[in-house]
Amino acid sequence: MNSSLQIRKTYKLYVGGEFVRTESGRYDPVESPKKEFLANVSRGSRKDLREAVRKARAAQPGWAGKSAYLKGQILYRMAEMLESRADSLAKILGEATGQSPAAAKAEVRASTDRLVHYAGWSDKFGAILGTVNPVASSYFGFSVPEPTGVVGIVAPESPDLLGLVSHLAPVIVSGNAAVALLSEKFPLASLEFAEVLATSDLPGGVANLISGRKEELVPHLARHMDVHAIADAGCDAALSRMIGEDAAVNVKRVKRYAFADYFAGDAQGLDFIEAFTEIKTTWHPIGV
Amino acid sequence: MSTEVKDRETRELAKRHIEAERPRLEFGSAWEYAPAPESKDHVRLEKKQGLFIAGEFVAPKSKKSFETINPATEEVLAEVAEAGLEDVDAAVRAAEEGYRKYWSKLKPAERGKYVYRIARMIQEKSRELAILESLNGGKPIKESRDVDLPLALAHFFYHAGWADKLEYAFPRHRVSSIGVCGQIIPWNFPLLMAAWKIAPALACGNTVVLKPAETTPLTALALAKICQEADLPPGVVNIIPGAGETGAHLVNHPRVKKIAFTGSTEVGKLIQRATAGTGKRLTLELGGKAANIVFEDAPLDQAVEGIINGIYFNQGHVCCAGSRLLVQESVAETVLAKLKDRIATLRLGDPLDKNTDVGAINSRIQLEKIRELVACGVEEGAEIHQSSCALPERGFWFPPTFFSGVAQSHRIAREEIFGPVLAVMTFRTPEEAVEKANNIPYGLSAGVWTDKGSKIFKITAQMKAGVVWANTFNKFDPSSPFGGYKESGFGREGGVHGLRAYVELS
Repeated sequence: MNSSLQIRKTYKLYVGGEFVRTESGRYDPVESPKKEFLANVSRGSRKDLREAVRKARAAQPGWAGKSAYLKGQILYRMAEMLESRADSLAKILGEATGQSPAAAKAEVRASTDRLVHYAGWSDKFGAILGTVNPVASSYFGFSVPEPTGVVGIVAPESPDLLGLVSHLAPVIVSGNAAVALLSEKFPLASLEFAEVLATSDLPGGVANLISGRKEELVPHLARHMDVHAIADAGCDAALSRMIGEDAAVNVKRVKRYAFADYFAGDAQGLDFIEAFTEIKTTWHPIGV
Repeated sequence: MSTEVKDRETRELAKRHIEAERPRLEFGSAWEYAPAPESKDHVRLEKKQGLFIAGEFVAPKSKKSFETINPATEEVLAEVAEAGLEDVDAAVRAAEEGYRKYWSKLKPAERGKYVYRIARMIQEKSRELAILESLNGGKPIKESRDVDLPLALAHFFYHAGWADKLEYAFPRHRVSSIGVCGQIIPWNFPLLMAAWKIAPALACGNTVVLKPAETTPLTALALAKICQEADLPPGVVNIIPGAGETGAHLVNHPRVKKIAFTGSTEVGKLIQRATAGTGKRLTLELGGKAANIVFEDAPLDQAVEGIINGIYFNQGHVCCAGSRLLVQESVAETVLAKLKDRIATLRLGDPLDKNTDVGAINSRIQLEKIRELVACGVEEGAEIHQSSCALPERGFWFPPTFFSGVAQSHRIAREEIFGPVLAVMTFRTPEEAVEKANNIPYGLSAGVWTDKGSKIFKITAQMKAGVVWANTFNKFDPSSPFGGYKESGFGREGGVHGLRAYVELS
C-alpha cells in the first residue's frame, strides 16, 4: 500500500469566529446528485441560532466603529482568501451540485468579484446615501446611513456560494453583523467559505453561518428580538409570509429577494447596502 | 379607584412637594395676562361633513357618523361621516380611477403645479386652518399658527418641486409611480401629518386614500375642500374619516399598493403583520421615548428651554417628544430647580388664546391614559413635580408634570405617555448616558446638550435614533428626513430619502 488514506473534513457551524459543532449533536448527511455520500453537516438548532445572534450582537458595535477604509480592506482580504481557495471551493461546488468544473469555477470567480465589488463600496456608499439638508431655519442638518444592527440572512438554495456572498457582503460592509442560514440542499461550499471568513481579519461574530433546516430555524430567526432585519432570499412563499408576519414582533425590516440570475449585474450594487441601513438625521444650531 | 380621584391625590401630593421647597420664584399668579383670544369668526364650519371621495363630499354608505368635539370645551363642532367597508372600497376605486384616468397621464411638471397650487391655497387659508386645528385638537394657537401651518404648506411646496426631478433622486434607476396609497395619520398634528403623507405621494405620481384620526378629522376635510377648489382631478385625493376599523379596511383592501402609517407601535405591528406576504409596500412611523441628554458643560438655560419645548410642546402629544431627561449628576440639582421654576411659568388654558403655552389634552381616552401612567409613577416611588396652575373646569386638561428620582425600570421611563410628563434620570459618565438612552425598544429621536463640539459628534453618532437634535430639540423641515430606528418604525418622511416610499424603481 503506497497511497495514504484521504483526510475527510468535518464541517462545523461558524459562530463567533469559531468552528463549533451544533449543541444539539444532530447531523444531516449530504450527498451528491448521484447519491454519493459527501459529508455529514451539523443540523443547527434554535440554541445555536440564539448563540449566533448573541455573538453577532456583541460584535456589531465594534465592527460598525471600524473605519470604512478598514472595513473595505477586510472585505478585499476576504476576496484574496477566497481566491487562494478557489480550486478547492470549485471542487466542492462541482461535487455537491453536479455542475460542470467550468460552471463551478465561474461561480467561485463571481463570488470573488462580488467581494471585491463591495469592498470598494465601504467608503463610498455613505457619501452617496447621505445628504446635507437645506433647512429653512438657522440650523445645520445632515443625514447619514448607519447600520441597522443584527441582520438575519436566509441564503438562497442555489447558487449556494454566490448567493450567500451576494447577501452577506452588502450587509456587513455597512457595519451590520450577520447570522446566515445556509442553503439547506448545498451547504458544503458555504461552510468551506467560513474558512475564508476566519482567515481574513473579519472580527469574530460579524458573520455567523448556520447550516440546518430552514423550516426549523427560520421561525426563530424571524421572532428573535435581537435581530433587527432579515434578508429573505431562500424561502418559499409560505415561509416568507411567516417571516413577514413574525418580523412584526420587533418591527424588523424585511427585504425579500427573488433572483433568477445571481451572475447578472442587478444582483449587486448600492441598493443591497441601502436595504440594511438606517438614515440618521442630525441637527445643530448655527450661531456665534 | 377611578383615575380622576387618583389624579386629584397626585395633584395634592405635587402641591405639597412644591410647598415644602420654598423659597422659590413666584410667577404666573403674580402677573395677570389679559386674555388674547383668536377670533373664531373667520372659520366657516359646516355642521355636517361627508366623506371626500372622487372629488365630491358624499354621504357614507355606512350610514354612520360621529360627533367631533373641541377637547378644550367638550362642545360638539360637527357631525362627521364615518367610512365603512363599502365606503373604503369606493374611495380606493376612486383613487384607482383617478390614477388611471388623470394622474398617471399628467406630465410630471403639471403634476407638480397642482401640488404647488395646494401649497399656495393652504397659505391663503392659514389663519382659518390654524384656528380649526386648535379648535378640533386642543393645541395652542401659537403652535398651530407658527408650526403646524407653516410646516404643512412647506411640505407641499417642497415636494411639488420634486415631481419632475425624480430621476435625479434615484440615479441609475427608472422611476415610476406605485398607484393607490392608503395613508393613516394620528391626531397630534392632523393637518401636518396629512401634508407629510399626501404631498410626497402626489408629487411621485400616486393617488391617495387618507384616513384622518377619529378625534381630529376637520382640518383633513378642510384640505379636501382645498383639493376640490384647486381643481385637483377627481379621485387623486380621497379623505375618509373613521376609527380603527376604517383603518383596518384600508390596510386590508387588496387594491391598495402601499400603506403609510403614523401612530402607535402597537397598531404599527398589527399593520406589519397584516400586510406580510401581500406585496404591499409599507412605511411605519411609530412611537418614541426620546432621551434628552444634558451634559454638565451644556449651556443650561438653553438646555432647560429645550427640555421644556421637548416635552410640553403640543401637550407632549409628540412621537419624538423628549420624554426622558438624562442629566449629568453634577448639574442635576441646578437643572431640576430651573425646571421647577420654568413649568410654573407655562400658561395652560384656552388653546385659542395667543398667550397659551399648554393647551387641552386631545381626548378623554388620552387623558385617562396619562393619569394612569402618572399615578403609576407615584406608586413606583418617583417624586412628582407639577405646575400648580388652575385647570379649566370643562374639557380635558393635564398640568405640566415631571418626575425626578426615576429608575430605568419604571413604567414612566419605558412607556410612551404621549402627554406633558417628563421622567428625569441622572448619569455620571457619557457611556452611562448612551447606555441608558439606547436601552429602550424605541429609537425615534434624541437630544444632546453640550458646549463641546467633539462630544456632540461622539454622542449623536452613538444614539440609536433616526433624528438627533444637538443643542436644540423638536426641529422639523420638509427637506430633512424624519423616521425611526428599531420599534419606532421604518422608512423616512421628508428629504430625498422620504421619496423612496412613493416610487417604484427598476
